[in-house]
Amino acid sequence: MDKLSEAQLNYLRKRSFHRRKVIWGRLALLVILLAAWETAARTGLINSFIFSCPSRVALTAWEMASDGSLWLHLGVTLGETLVSFLAVTFFGLLAAVLLWLFPAASEILEPYLVMLNSLPKSALAPLLIVWLGNRISTVIVAAVSVAVFGSIITLHTGFQEIDNDKVKLIYSLGGTKKDVMFKVIIPGSIPMLISNMKVNVGLCLVGVIIGEFLSAKAGLGYLIIYASQTFKMDWMLMSIVILCLISTLLYQGIHMLEKKW
Amino acid sequence: MEALLSLSHVSFSYHTVDGETLALSDINFSVNSGEFAAIVGPSGCGKSTLLSLICGLIQPESGEIRMTGRRMDPSRGIGYMLQRDHLFEWRSVYDNILLGLEIQKKLTPQNINRVDRMLETYGLSSFARMKPQALSGGMKQRAALIRTLALDPDLLLLDEPFSALDYQTRLEVTDDIGTIIRREGKTAILVTHDLSEAISMADRIIILSRRPGAVKQILTVSFPEGYDTPLKKRNSEEFSHYFNLIWKELKSHG
Repeated sequence: MDKLSEAQLNYLRKRSFHRRKVIWGRLALLVILLAAWETAARTGLINSFIFSCPSRVALTAWEMASDGSLWLHLGVTLGETLVSFLAVTFFGLLAAVLLWLFPAASEILEPYLVMLNSLPKSALAPLLIVWLGNRISTVIVAAVSVAVFGSIITLHTGFQEIDNDKVKLIYSLGGTKKDVMFKVIIPGSIPMLISNMKVNVGLCLVGVIIGEFLSAKAGLGYLIIYASQTFKMDWMLMSIVILCLISTLLYQGIHMLEKKW
Repeated sequence: MEALLSLSHVSFSYHTVDGETLALSDINFSVNSGEFAAIVGPSGCGKSTLLSLICGLIQPESGEIRMTGRRMDPSRGIGYMLQRDHLFEWRSVYDNILLGLEIQKKLTPQNINRVDRMLETYGLSSFARMKPQALSGGMKQRAALIRTLALDPDLLLLDEPFSALDYQTRLEVTDDIGTIIRREGKTAILVTHDLSEAISMADRIIILSRRPGAVKQILTVSFPEGYDTPLKKRNSEEFSHYFNLIWKELKSHG
């Protein structure tokens, strides 16, 4: 390999310094926040009964992990999120494809889709309990309802933005509408599909928690409501911290899928 | 010589809420087998519409388009080359070129062999596995032409296929593509607003009038011995003669 010039070495040094600065900055911020929280609680600056503190959150997590209850709640929430996410991805894509195939139907349904999309879905949750009962499937339906309409609209709009000349090319090669779908529309929409999945996974988690607030016997959302009613602030804050971790992990998972593509 | 394609009394209008626009009115011409025809005319005169009609993507409102005597069978035996290459970035160059064969379920060993030979002849073999983004503008246009030729069409339609290229590339690619088409012995119709392009490539030039497009004049172009490629033709005396002739024709009565 050629010897690098002084200026190039300088540039590389600056770059790696910048990256280290960002990583350490992120860690430091976390440590400072945790330390401030802990100190404030211990010195009595804030009421540790109401605000809890990192050590108590960690202790609670340890205890619940040991007796297995943490894994149950975590598993239920993750399972519900995953199932609803897969359902949203599948039905969102299916509906968008059907709308693209039948333009008249899409025009008829458009105002209804827009309405359903902008409707605050938390308003539906109590209705769903009455209709579907106090079950896991109710939570999943609630989560799907949060994400699916936006997903349909985004994907359908994306399909329509595909270059018309690409469609013309398929027809000029003797292709049919099916060829247009499978050779242009779907493969051309993969990046958009993945970025839509990123949005959906977050929305599904929101929907699952809303669902669990109202109808559940387990799950992190259930844990939060139960903790608030029995005033176990340690439980509540632990659940929220775990939710933070879950949402980051899910997002990163899809991000990795995107990079791989 | 036998006419491969003939149009008789073809008219076409576009319909919008604001009214009807006659785009093409009573078009009559024919193209012989092995001939290279160019269609020139002011922008908006319906040149591209004419190609879509010939390709069978849209149907004429009146009149008839026939190929070798029989009625049109949409897009069979016709290759259409669009303004931009439209190579799909999610497919390799090779898979792009095979697109037409794949759609028409004609991925036979002979056809694949023919495509491989064309890739070899036109210097694309080493790029076959790459994504089209890695190719230069001229190379992409060449790949798009091979994609069209892969179906072995009797008639090739070229819709301003060089207009998206910069000037220098454009001259080179015109020369390149023109030579390939001659070599493969294809019948072709080129639509362009670039008079020099039309004169340097075509045997016959069909001049359309301003909208509604109608055939104003059909001009046979011939060059002396030796002036056989588009670039060489540009340097001949006849070239400027034809240029002035068409220019005058286009300018006369608006």
